[in-house]
Amino acid sequence: MTATGANPTIVLVGHGMVGQRFLEALAERGLTATHRVVVLCEEPRPAYDRVALTSYFSGKTPEDLSMTDMEFIKDHGIELYVGDPAETIDREAKKVTARSGLVVDYDVLVLATGSYPFVPPVPNKDAEGCFVYRTIEDLLAIEEYAKAKATTGAVVGGGLLGLEAAGALKGLGLTSHIVEFAPRLMPVQVDEGGGAALLRTIEDMGLSVHTGVGTQEIITDESGAVTGMKLSDGSELATDMVVFSAGVRPRDQLARDCGLTVGERGGISVDEQCRTVSDPHVFAIGECALAADGRVYGLVAPGYEQAQTAAATIAADEAAFTGADLSTKLKLLGVDVASFGDAHGTTDDCLDVVYSDSRAGLYKKLVIGRDGTLLGGILVGDAEAYGTLRAFTGSVPPVAPEALVLPAGAGAPTQLGPSALPDDAIVCSCHNVSKGTIRGAVTDHQCTTVPEVKKCTKAGTGCGSCVKVLGQLVTAELEAGGVEVDKGLCGCFSQTREELYEIVLALRINTYQDLLDRYGRDGARGGDGCEICKPTVGSIIASLAPTIGASGYVLEGEQAALQDSNDHFLANLQKNGSYSVVPRIPGGEITPEGLIVIGEIARDFGLYTKITGGQRIDMFGARVEQLPLIWARLVDAGFESGHAYGKALRTVKSCVGQTWCRYGVQDSVRMAIDLELRYRGLRSPHKLKSAVSGCQRECAEAQSKDFGVIATANGWNLYVGGNGGATPRHADLLGKDLSDAELIRLIDRFLMFYIRTADRLERTSVWLDRIPGGLDHVRDVVVEDSLGICEELESLMAAHVSNYRDEWAETINDPEKLSRFVSFVNAPDTPDPVVGFIPERDQIKPDLPLLSIGMRPAEDVLEGSAQR
Amino acid sequence: MTLAPETTDLKVQLQLADGWFTVCDLNALLPGRGVAALLPDGRQVALFRDRAGTLYAIDNRDPFCGAAVLSRGLTGSHQGRPFVASPLLKQRFDLQSGQCLDDESVRVATYEVRAA
Ligand code: SRM
Ligand SMILES: Cc1cc2nc3c(=O)[nH]c(=O)nc-3n(C[C@H](O)[C@H](O)[C@H](O)COP(=O)(O)OP(=O)(O)OC[C@H]3O[C@@H](n4cnc5c(N)ncnc54)[C@H](O)[C@@H]3O)c2cc1C
Ligand code: SF4
Ligand code: FES
Repeated sequence: MTATGANPTIVLVGHGMVGQRFLEALAERGLTATHRVVVLCEEPRPAYDRVALTSYFSGKTPEDLSMTDMEFIKDHGIELYVGDPAETIDREAKKVTARSGLVVDYDVLVLATGSYPFVPPVPNKDAEGCFVYRTIEDLLAIEEYAKAKATTGAVVGGGLLGLEAAGALKGLGLTSHIVEFAPRLMPVQVDEGGGAALLRTIEDMGLSVHTGVGTQEIITDESGAVTGMKLSDGSELATDMVVFSAGVRPRDQLARDCGLTVGERGGISVDEQCRTVSDPHVFAIGECALAADGRVYGLVAPGYEQAQTAAATIAADEAAFTGADLSTKLKLLGVDVASFGDAHGTTDDCLDVVYSDSRAGLYKKLVIGRDGTLLGGILVGDAEAYGTLRAFTGSVPPVAPEALVLPAGAGAPTQLGPSALPDDAIVCSCHNVSKGTIRGAVTDHQCTTVPEVKKCTKAGTGCGSCVKVLGQLVTAELEAGGVEVDKGLCGCFSQTREELYEIVLALRINTYQDLLDRYGRDGARGGDGCEICKPTVGSIIASLAPTIGASGYVLEGEQAALQDSNDHFLANLQKNGSYSVVPRIPGGEITPEGLIVIGEIARDFGLYTKITGGQRIDMFGARVEQLPLIWARLVDAGFESGHAYGKALRTVKSCVGQTWCRYGVQDSVRMAIDLELRYRGLRSPHKLKSAVSGCQRECAEAQSKDFGVIATANGWNLYVGGNGGATPRHADLLGKDLSDAELIRLIDRFLMFYIRTADRLERTSVWLDRIPGGLDHVRDVVVEDSLGICEELESLMAAHVSNYRDEWAETINDPEKLSRFVSFVNAPDTPDPVVGFIPERDQIKPDLPLLSIGMRPAEDVLEGSAQR
Repeated sequence: MTLAPETTDLKVQLQLADGWFTVCDLNALLPGRGVAALLPDGRQVALFRDRAGTLYAIDNRDPFCGAAVLSRGLTGSHQGRPFVASPLLKQRFDLQSGQCLDDESVRVATYEVRAA
């Protein structure tokens, strides 16, 4: 049955999410080796993550959204024609003709053409300023128009996509309206109670919702551009743009044209193998297909299952798609919304358990069968339990249903952990992975972390809603296997750094000893702690000093004993026991006089000087007793500690920006200086770095910083979680076009939230990737204030800023502290003889041989060991 | 070289071959933090005082890197045993025996020390 050449040909029409999954399934089954595979892709780019489309507005680029690995396409010899849609199908001759004129003979044809957005037939629906919301191109057009011509936007449709679109418009700075014909929002997923909770929360965010009204006409001005819309209740709504999001319809025109059977309400009719009912050589999968159970599925998970079914059938394996679960969990505008199973309670004789608190925007409903089986449910405002509940659907949960929906604290709340799930419960519905498979990954495949399990099982790599449960299962499984998962900070504390922070803050504990004696592990209480927890707690106390009533000076009292060795001498220890000195040079800006002072000091003390990677100057080779003398001169000239030794703010690099640079759009140097002065001295779980660039060219490399700022024509974009070092990470966009005040407020919140929740020595990059919910969660907390803690975060930062004092200035004025800066307690004037230097390129370097000459005879000290 | 022990109440003293050698005032030792002392023969000693007031003295040189910096390490206790972690590469040394806890073939000298 070969059409051309030796190998039979599979032609895929449509390279969307499901199409791409189909290609992967072909490759997994070895079919790409035995078949010629041709893909006709209509859009100007290969498959991308449509589910995450809206994240474009929070900084994801089209490249980030791509789901297509071109290596994969190449390695499997797939012929991918981008921007070339199929135009006609000749089923008799088994040929497909593309727009470019390309004609391909097929043995198997797979249609994965997806859907198109439905636009209600209202007058002027095609006017300038009317958009749909489906492709990256749609978003680019919306963004351009919103920026250039609009201050108000309206979305037609209050379903899932409509709310996303409205959120995007709001994010673009528009006053946003949602017009929904049904009496409530998200009519398909939630019931009346859920809709009410959702409505309240969304209105609180400043979006105007108009339910129970239809759109009658789009009003335009003489030039034909949108100015408003006429609603069915007779009212008019002024708006500069309209986004239609009133549902989708299967793209089945191609199929209709070649005589394939389509459903009454659209969709290409297929059987349980996803083969069209009219032609055994043609398959249809994804949103264009009308499945054997009579439904068209508008979600990606069922589409993936169809893709696998079709690939299996082509490989002559047995597989069937008989229907799928319509569970969804979404984070809409920061509100959790989830529905699963029989959410509307259509099963005979079923009962509801409802908890509702519309003041808090909470609504939870479970649908329970007569025999106690959990049939489905709806969660609005708090969907924590979604992963577990969904997996229990179809079984009788081991605790009373009401215990599952009551908020923590009310009655006797039951945390039903995923460990109670049966092995065949589906934990990841995107990839149909059961709990048993996940356990197997840990026990049989030696996976010990969530990323490893994701890679091994694919679980958690779709919508991500199951990742939390995944983490709990992995931990539970490791623990069950006898691997002790001790999340404690160190041998002295069983708490994590975050927990210790909360204890210190809540109970205003301001000494390490107090914390150790009250909260340390049994054997550690009353002891001396260790080199891990002492600096960690020292840092927490320093971050919170003004708030908990501790001294803000890190060498005060007990705090001096907690500091890492570098912090203790306010300088960086070098390999031969000497120190380096790094004065702060805010934003990298320095006067000629400043340069001269540094030059003179370095010359007078014979120090090695080098320009650092952080836009400042490092002086190396200072002996411990020279530090106060050097600093006395630096302080005198107006320099402050650069905290190169501390887990604290390091530098805020700048580019020269608008003042000089022909491209600059804001004063990046001024902003860098402002930020550096604001956050100087702030102690944190790891070092903090920042940079400010004057325009998109990004000469300051802000996107590799913990918090980076890039100027825009309208203000500043804030990026967070960047990192250089061994595992570089590009920062993520957290806020767009911010004013100075908005920028600083957001950074205040972000940094304090990081300081509060990160682990010891965890840079923002690692922290963002680790914490549950990732960037979205951080955005919810610091932008939307979902935890209601922003005020506290801001005031903690304000306390830091107003209490900042330069610790070197303080030290050189305190004789008692200065007495510590000696090589020998009994010979304060004698320098350490092991610290010596030899010349190199007109400067000094450590005399390393001196270090080993100084070694004492082995038999004396190093019993039975080679000298090192 | 100036050896300038000060005179106040309690003194920290090290046992050397020819008797007790006075190093400094007891109150120069901050609990949890060390100081270095220079011996008449040029050797260097790191002295520590823990929370309970017990004194310890070991050789100041980090046997791994050669620099004389152990006195600047952070101290702690593990299962009741006191230790110092080198500020360079963080190996721990038992303050009572001088034994390196990360490499059993390495040990630093210890000294008898008292407050008198
Ligand atoms: C001096 C300097 C190199 C230079 O000669 O230019 C330097 C020197 C050190 N770096 Fe660095 N880093 C220096 C810029 C950088 C940069 C560039 C930058 O900041 O733009 C990076 C990459 C950016 C980043 O951090 O994301 C950098 C990434 C690191 C890392 C890896 C961090 C990571 O997250 O992976 C370490 C190791 C660590 O911190 O654990 C490190 C650690 C160190 C330490 C502290 C290593 C140590 O423990 O001795 C060095 C101490 C310097 C000293 O004694 O004064 N240094 N280091 C630079 C000082 C900048 C400043 O003015 O403060
Ligand atoms: C903003 C948004 C948010 C969403 N959120 C979720 C969510 O949270 N959860 C969820 O499960 N689902 C969500 N969805 C739905 C999900 O994106 C779709 O179910 C999924 O993309 C369907 O995949 P598909 O391959 O069938 O269709 P598509 O991804 O639409 O791909 C079809 C492709 O075929 C192309 N095509 C059409 N005709 C031709 C032709 N003649 N020749 C060549 N190519 C052609 C199209 O251009 C398109 O690229 C969301 C959708 C949107 C728009
Ligand atoms: S980032 Fe822009 S403004 Fe700054 S120096 Fe580079 S080109 Fe100029
Ligand atoms: S349920 Fe979507 S990734 Fe697992």
